Amino acid sequence: MDAIDRMIVDALQGGIDVVERPFAPLARLLGMTEDDLVERVGRLLDAGVLTRFGPMYDAEALGGLFTLAALSVPEADFERVAGLVNAHPEVAHNYAREHEYNMWFVIAAEKPGDVARVIAEIERETGCEVLDLPRLEEYGLQLRLEAR
Amino acid sequence: MNGPGKRFVRDGGLDPTDRRIVLATQAGLPLARRPYHALAAGLGLGADEVMARLAAMLARGIVRRIAAVPNHYAIGYRANGMTVWDVADEAVGALGPRVGALAFVSHCYRRPRVPGRWPYNLFAMVHGATRLEVAEHVATIAALLGNACRAHDVLYSTRILKKTGLRLAGGTGQPPPGTAAGDTARVRARRNP
Repeated sequence: MDAIDRMIVDALQGGIDVVERPFAPLARLLGMTEDDLVERVGRLLDAGVLTRFGPMYDAEALGGLFTLAALSVPEADFERVAGLVNAHPEVAHNYAREHEYNMWFVIAAEKPGDVARVIAEIERETGCEVLDLPRLEEYGLQLRLEAR
Repeated sequence: MNGPGKRFVRDGGLDPTDRRIVLATQAGLPLARRPYHALAAGLGLGADEVMARLAAMLARGIVRRIAAVPNHYAIGYRANGMTVWDVADEAVGALGPRVGALAFVSHCYRRPRVPGRWPYNLFAMVHGATRLEVAEHVATIAALLGNACRAHDVLYSTRILKKTGLRLAGGTGQPPPGTAAGDTARVRARRNP
Protein backbone atom coordinates (compact mmCIF):
# COMPACT_ATOMS: atom_id res chain seq x y z
CA MET A 1 0.00 0.00 0.00
CA ASP A 2 1.53 3.31 -1.06
CA ALA A 3 0.72 6.90 -0.05
CA ILE A 4 -1.94 7.18 -2.77
CA ASP A 5 -3.60 3.98 -1.55
CA ARG A 6 -3.70 5.36 2.00
CA MET A 7 -5.36 8.55 0.78
CA ILE A 8 -7.90 6.50 -1.15
CA VAL A 9 -8.68 4.33 1.90
CA ASP A 10 -9.08 7.41 4.10
CA ALA A 11 -11.23 9.28 1.61
CA LEU A 12 -13.51 6.41 0.65
CA GLN A 13 -14.28 5.52 4.26
CA GLY A 14 -16.05 8.88 4.36
CA GLY A 15 -18.27 7.82 1.51
CA ILE A 16 -19.11 8.81 -2.04
CA ASP A 17 -22.05 10.84 -3.23
CA VAL A 18 -25.01 9.59 -5.19
CA VAL A 19 -24.15 11.31 -8.46
CA GLU A 20 -23.41 10.10 -11.96
CA ARG A 21 -19.62 10.14 -11.51
CA PRO A 22 -18.98 9.91 -7.77
CA PHE A 23 -15.26 9.17 -8.12
CA ALA A 24 -14.54 12.33 -10.11
CA PRO A 25 -13.75 14.68 -7.18
CA LEU A 26 -11.31 12.27 -5.51
CA ALA A 27 -9.69 11.34 -8.83
CA ARG A 28 -9.14 15.02 -9.58
CA LEU A 29 -7.67 15.58 -6.10
CA LEU A 30 -5.26 12.70 -6.61
CA GLY A 31 -4.39 13.67 -10.17
CA MET A 32 -5.55 10.43 -11.73
CA THR A 33 -8.34 9.35 -14.02
CA GLU A 34 -11.53 7.92 -12.57
CA ASP A 35 -10.79 4.61 -14.28
CA ASP A 36 -7.36 4.48 -12.61
CA LEU A 37 -8.96 5.25 -9.24
CA VAL A 38 -11.57 2.54 -9.72
CA GLU A 39 -8.78 0.16 -10.70
CA ARG A 40 -6.91 0.98 -7.48
CA VAL A 41 -10.05 0.39 -5.40
CA GLY A 42 -10.37 -2.99 -7.08
CA ARG A 43 -6.79 -3.84 -6.18
CA LEU A 44 -7.32 -2.75 -2.56
CA LEU A 45 -10.34 -5.08 -2.41
CA ASP A 46 -8.37 -7.93 -4.01
CA ALA A 47 -5.52 -7.40 -1.54
CA GLY A 48 -7.93 -7.46 1.41
CA VAL A 49 -7.03 -3.91 2.48
CA LEU A 50 -10.69 -3.08 1.93
CA THR A 51 -13.23 -5.70 2.89
CA ARG A 52 -16.11 -4.09 1.07
CA PHE A 53 -17.13 -1.07 -0.98
CA GLY A 54 -20.75 -0.04 -1.33
CA PRO A 55 -23.87 1.01 0.55
CA MET A 56 -23.64 0.31 4.27
CA TYR A 57 -27.10 -0.76 5.35
CA ASP A 58 -28.52 -0.37 8.84
CA ALA A 59 -30.20 -3.69 9.52
CA GLU A 60 -32.54 -2.16 12.07
CA ALA A 61 -33.58 0.62 9.71
CA LEU A 62 -34.30 -2.08 7.12
CA GLY A 63 -36.71 -3.52 9.64
CA GLY A 64 -34.26 -6.21 10.66
CA LEU A 65 -32.64 -7.16 13.89
CA PHE A 66 -29.07 -7.30 15.10
CA THR A 67 -27.45 -8.94 17.99
CA LEU A 68 -23.91 -9.36 19.21
CA ALA A 69 -23.37 -12.94 20.27
CA ALA A 70 -20.50 -14.71 21.98
CA LEU A 71 -19.45 -18.28 22.60
CA SER A 72 -16.97 -19.81 24.99
CA VAL A 73 -15.40 -22.48 22.79
CA PRO A 74 -12.82 -25.07 23.88
CA GLU A 75 -9.60 -24.34 21.95
CA ALA A 76 -9.47 -27.84 20.49
CA ASP A 77 -12.93 -27.34 19.00
CA PHE A 78 -12.45 -23.77 17.82
CA GLU A 79 -12.06 -24.26 14.06
CA ARG A 80 -14.97 -26.67 13.83
CA VAL A 81 -17.26 -24.31 15.76
CA ALA A 82 -16.10 -21.31 13.67
CA GLY A 83 -17.08 -23.23 10.54
CA LEU A 84 -20.51 -24.04 11.94
CA VAL A 85 -21.15 -20.45 13.02
CA ASN A 86 -19.87 -18.90 9.78
CA ALA A 87 -22.03 -21.20 7.69
CA HIS A 88 -25.08 -19.19 8.77
CA PRO A 89 -25.67 -16.40 6.23
CA GLU A 90 -27.10 -14.26 9.04
CA VAL A 91 -23.66 -14.18 10.71
CA ALA A 92 -22.18 -10.96 9.33
CA HIS A 93 -18.88 -10.73 11.21
CA ASN A 94 -17.07 -13.12 13.45
CA TYR A 95 -13.93 -12.39 15.45
CA ALA A 96 -11.68 -14.52 17.62
CA ARG A 97 -10.93 -12.68 20.86
CA GLU A 98 -8.71 -13.35 23.85
CA HIS A 99 -11.19 -14.04 26.64
CA GLU A 100 -13.15 -16.86 28.20
CA TYR A 101 -15.73 -15.84 25.60
CA ASN A 102 -13.39 -16.32 22.65
CA MET A 103 -15.71 -16.10 19.64
CA TRP A 104 -17.76 -12.94 19.00
CA PHE A 105 -20.10 -12.54 16.07
CA VAL A 106 -22.90 -10.30 14.82
CA ILE A 107 -26.16 -11.87 13.76
CA ALA A 108 -28.16 -9.68 11.38
CA ALA A 109 -31.61 -10.92 10.46
CA GLU A 110 -34.47 -9.50 8.54
CA LYS A 111 -37.49 -10.81 10.39
CA PRO A 112 -38.42 -10.95 14.07
CA GLY A 113 -37.72 -14.44 15.27
CA ASP A 114 -34.82 -15.04 12.89
CA VAL A 115 -32.20 -14.01 15.44
CA ALA A 116 -33.65 -16.36 18.05
CA ARG A 117 -33.82 -19.16 15.45
CA VAL A 118 -30.17 -18.69 14.46
CA ILE A 119 -29.12 -18.63 18.12
CA ALA A 120 -31.04 -21.85 18.77
CA GLU A 121 -29.49 -23.50 15.70
CA ILE A 122 -25.97 -22.47 16.71
CA GLU A 123 -26.51 -23.79 20.24
CA ARG A 124 -27.80 -27.08 18.89
CA GLU A 125 -25.03 -27.44 16.30
CA THR A 126 -22.12 -26.43 18.51
CA GLY A 127 -23.24 -27.54 21.96
CA CYS A 128 -22.14 -24.11 23.28
CA GLU A 129 -24.47 -21.69 25.06
CA VAL A 130 -24.78 -18.37 23.19
CA LEU A 131 -24.36 -15.09 25.05
CA ASP A 132 -26.96 -12.83 23.39
CA LEU A 133 -26.19 -9.10 23.73
CA PRO A 134 -28.47 -7.00 21.49
CA ARG A 135 -27.68 -3.32 21.30
CA LEU A 136 -29.99 -1.26 23.47
CA GLU A 137 -28.59 2.14 22.56
CA GLU A 138 -25.98 3.50 20.16
CA TYR A 139 -23.60 6.20 21.33
CA GLY A 140 -21.86 7.43 18.20
CA LEU A 141 -20.59 5.43 15.26
CA GLN A 142 -17.47 6.73 13.55
CA LEU A 143 -16.66 3.97 11.07
CA ARG A 144 -13.56 5.79 10.01
CA LEU A 145 -9.91 5.17 10.79
CA GLU A 146 -6.96 6.91 9.18
CA ALA A 147 -4.75 4.47 7.25
CA ARG A 148 -1.25 4.33 8.72
CA MET B 1 -34.06 -4.31 29.50
CA ASN B 2 -33.04 -7.75 28.52
CA GLY B 3 -34.01 -10.45 26.11
CA PRO B 4 -35.19 -10.74 22.57
CA GLY B 5 -38.56 -9.10 23.23
CA LYS B 6 -36.94 -5.72 23.81
CA ARG B 7 -35.08 -5.33 20.56
CA PHE B 8 -35.94 -2.27 18.54
CA VAL B 9 -38.04 -3.29 15.60
CA ARG B 10 -38.99 -0.70 13.04
CA ASP B 11 -40.80 -0.98 9.78
CA GLY B 12 -38.16 -0.63 7.11
CA GLY B 13 -40.76 0.54 4.61
CA LEU B 14 -38.87 -0.94 1.67
CA ASP B 15 -40.88 -1.29 -1.46
CA PRO B 16 -40.03 -4.12 -3.87
CA THR B 17 -37.73 -1.95 -5.99
CA ASP B 18 -35.78 -0.66 -2.97
CA ARG B 19 -35.48 -4.24 -1.87
CA ARG B 20 -34.03 -5.30 -5.21
CA ILE B 21 -31.45 -2.51 -4.91
CA VAL B 22 -30.54 -3.66 -1.38
CA LEU B 23 -30.19 -7.26 -2.48
CA ALA B 24 -28.11 -6.31 -5.52
CA THR B 25 -25.64 -4.24 -3.48
CA GLN B 26 -25.24 -6.31 -0.35
CA ALA B 27 -21.86 -7.58 -1.49
CA GLY B 28 -20.90 -4.18 -2.85
CA LEU B 29 -21.38 -1.60 -5.56
CA PRO B 30 -20.16 -2.34 -9.10
CA LEU B 31 -16.68 -0.88 -9.54
CA ALA B 32 -17.12 1.47 -12.44
CA ARG B 33 -16.67 5.11 -13.33
CA ARG B 34 -20.47 5.40 -13.19
CA PRO B 35 -21.32 2.79 -10.54
CA TYR B 36 -24.99 3.70 -10.18
CA HIS B 37 -25.48 3.40 -13.93
CA ALA B 38 -23.83 -0.02 -13.84
CA LEU B 39 -26.06 -1.03 -10.94
CA ALA B 40 -29.17 0.26 -12.71
CA ALA B 41 -28.29 -1.55 -15.93
CA GLY B 42 -27.89 -4.81 -14.01
CA LEU B 43 -31.32 -4.33 -12.50
CA GLY B 44 -33.03 -3.15 -15.68
CA LEU B 45 -33.87 0.18 -14.04
CA GLY B 46 -33.11 3.78 -14.95
CA ALA B 47 -30.00 5.27 -13.38
CA ASP B 48 -31.94 8.32 -12.22
CA GLU B 49 -34.42 6.12 -10.40
CA VAL B 50 -31.68 4.07 -8.72
CA MET B 51 -29.86 7.22 -7.62
CA ALA B 52 -33.07 8.81 -6.33
CA ARG B 53 -33.91 5.68 -4.33
CA LEU B 54 -30.40 5.42 -2.86
CA ALA B 55 -30.51 9.11 -1.93
CA ALA B 56 -33.87 8.56 -0.22
CA MET B 57 -32.53 5.54 1.67
CA LEU B 58 -29.54 7.64 2.80
CA ALA B 59 -31.90 10.36 4.02
CA ARG B 60 -33.94 7.81 5.97
CA GLY B 61 -30.88 6.23 7.55
CA ILE B 62 -31.46 2.87 5.87
CA VAL B 63 -28.13 3.45 4.12
CA ARG B 64 -25.59 4.92 6.56
CA ARG B 65 -23.21 5.87 3.77
CA ILE B 66 -21.83 4.50 0.51
CA ALA B 67 -18.28 3.83 1.48
CA ALA B 68 -15.26 1.60 1.79
CA VAL B 69 -14.84 -0.67 4.79
CA PRO B 70 -11.19 -1.27 5.58
CA ASN B 71 -9.63 -4.30 7.13
CA HIS B 72 -8.33 -2.67 10.33
CA TYR B 73 -5.33 -4.97 10.47
CA ALA B 74 -4.34 -4.17 6.90
CA ILE B 75 -4.39 -0.40 7.43
CA GLY B 76 -2.11 -0.47 10.45
CA TYR B 77 -4.48 -1.00 13.38
CA ARG B 78 -3.06 -4.27 14.60
CA ALA B 79 -4.47 -3.88 18.09
CA ASN B 80 -8.25 -3.95 18.15
CA GLY B 81 -9.77 -4.05 21.61
CA MET B 82 -13.41 -4.48 22.41
CA THR B 83 -13.50 -2.62 25.73
CA VAL B 84 -16.38 -3.54 28.03
CA TRP B 85 -17.48 -1.61 31.10
CA ASP B 86 -19.82 -2.19 34.01
CA VAL B 87 -21.30 1.29 34.39
CA ALA B 88 -23.99 2.23 36.90
CA ASP B 89 -27.37 2.16 35.14
CA GLU B 90 -28.24 5.69 36.30
CA ALA B 91 -25.01 7.07 34.78
CA VAL B 92 -24.63 5.16 31.52
CA GLY B 93 -27.08 7.32 29.56
CA ALA B 94 -25.03 10.45 30.25
CA LEU B 95 -21.57 8.87 29.99
CA GLY B 96 -22.13 6.64 26.95
CA PRO B 97 -22.32 9.50 24.44
CA ARG B 98 -19.09 10.99 25.84
CA VAL B 99 -17.29 7.69 25.31
CA GLY B 100 -18.80 7.31 21.84
CA ALA B 101 -17.53 10.77 20.86
CA LEU B 102 -13.86 9.90 21.54
CA ALA B 103 -11.89 9.87 18.28
CA PHE B 104 -10.33 6.45 18.93
CA VAL B 105 -13.72 4.80 19.60
CA SER B 106 -15.28 3.51 16.38
CA HIS B 107 -18.48 2.01 17.81
CA CYS B 108 -20.08 2.45 21.21
CA TYR B 109 -23.21 0.70 22.42
CA ARG B 110 -25.16 -0.04 25.56
CA ARG B 111 -25.99 -3.74 25.80
CA PRO B 112 -27.69 -5.85 28.46
CA ARG B 113 -25.95 -7.53 31.34
CA VAL B 114 -26.59 -11.25 31.68
CA PRO B 115 -26.77 -12.21 35.36
CA GLY B 116 -24.09 -14.69 36.37
CA ARG B 117 -22.51 -14.69 32.91
CA TRP B 118 -21.81 -11.17 31.72
CA PRO B 119 -21.59 -8.05 33.94
CA TYR B 120 -20.70 -5.36 31.35
CA ASN B 121 -23.30 -2.97 29.89
CA LEU B 122 -21.16 -0.50 27.88
CA PHE B 123 -19.12 -1.56 24.84
CA ALA B 124 -16.56 0.64 23.06
CA MET B 125 -14.41 -0.58 20.16
CA VAL B 126 -10.91 0.89 20.44
CA HIS B 127 -8.30 0.67 17.70
CA GLY B 128 -4.57 1.31 17.88
CA ALA B 129 -1.30 0.40 16.23
CA THR B 130 -0.20 -1.47 19.35
CA ARG B 131 -1.78 -2.85 22.51
CA LEU B 132 0.10 -0.17 24.44
CA GLU B 133 -1.73 2.48 22.43
CA VAL B 134 -5.06 0.74 23.12
CA ALA B 135 -4.17 0.57 26.83
CA GLU B 136 -3.63 4.33 26.86
CA HIS B 137 -7.06 4.80 25.31
CA VAL B 138 -8.56 2.46 27.89
CA ALA B 139 -7.06 4.61 30.65
CA THR B 140 -8.67 7.68 29.07
CA ILE B 141 -12.09 6.00 29.08
CA ALA B 142 -11.60 4.78 32.67
CA ALA B 143 -10.84 8.34 33.77
CA LEU B 144 -13.92 9.63 31.96
CA LEU B 145 -16.20 7.05 33.59
CA GLY B 146 -14.67 7.52 37.06
CA ASN B 147 -16.57 6.04 39.98
CA ALA B 148 -19.59 5.20 37.82
CA CYS B 149 -17.60 2.25 36.48
CA ARG B 150 -17.27 -0.79 38.74
CA ALA B 151 -15.17 -3.03 36.48
CA HIS B 152 -13.92 -3.30 32.93
CA ASP B 153 -12.11 -5.63 30.58
CA VAL B 154 -10.47 -5.49 27.14
CA LEU B 155 -11.04 -8.30 24.63
CA TYR B 156 -8.37 -8.10 21.93
CA SER B 157 -9.24 -9.59 18.59
CA THR B 158 -6.75 -12.14 17.32
CA ARG B 159 -8.31 -13.12 14.03
CA ILE B 160 -11.13 -12.18 11.67
CA LEU B 161 -13.13 -15.37 11.17
CA LYS B 162 -15.75 -13.79 8.89
CA LYS B 163 -16.55 -10.31 7.64
CA THR B 164 -19.20 -10.00 5.01
CA GLY B 165 -21.52 -7.27 6.20
CA LEU B 166 -25.27 -7.51 6.26
CA ARG B 167 -27.02 -10.05 4.08
CA LEU B 168 -30.75 -10.15 3.56
CA ALA B 169 -32.14 -13.57 2.85
CA GLY B 170 -32.60 -13.89 -0.88
CA GLY B 171 -29.38 -12.05 -1.70
CA THR B 172 -27.15 -13.70 -4.21
CA GLY B 173 -24.01 -12.85 -2.27
CA GLN B 174 -22.48 -11.49 -5.47
CA PRO B 175 -22.40 -7.93 -6.74
CA PRO B 176 -24.48 -7.31 -9.84
CA PRO B 177 -22.70 -7.37 -13.16
CA GLY B 178 -21.79 -3.87 -14.23
CA THR B 179 -22.98 -3.64 -17.77
CA ALA B 180 -23.33 0.06 -18.45
CA ALA B 181 -21.98 0.85 -21.89
CA GLY B 182 -18.74 2.79 -21.81
CA ASP B 183 -17.94 1.95 -18.21
CA THR B 184 -15.09 -0.26 -17.16
CA ALA B 185 -17.35 -2.08 -14.78
CA ARG B 186 -15.74 -4.71 -12.63
CA VAL B 187 -17.37 -7.30 -10.50
CA ARG B 188 -15.96 -8.72 -7.31
CA ALA B 189 -16.77 -11.70 -5.26
CA ARG B 190 -17.64 -11.13 -1.64
CA ARG B 191 -14.69 -11.36 0.67
CA ASN B 192 -14.35 -13.67 3.61
CA PRO B 193 -10.88 -12.98 4.97
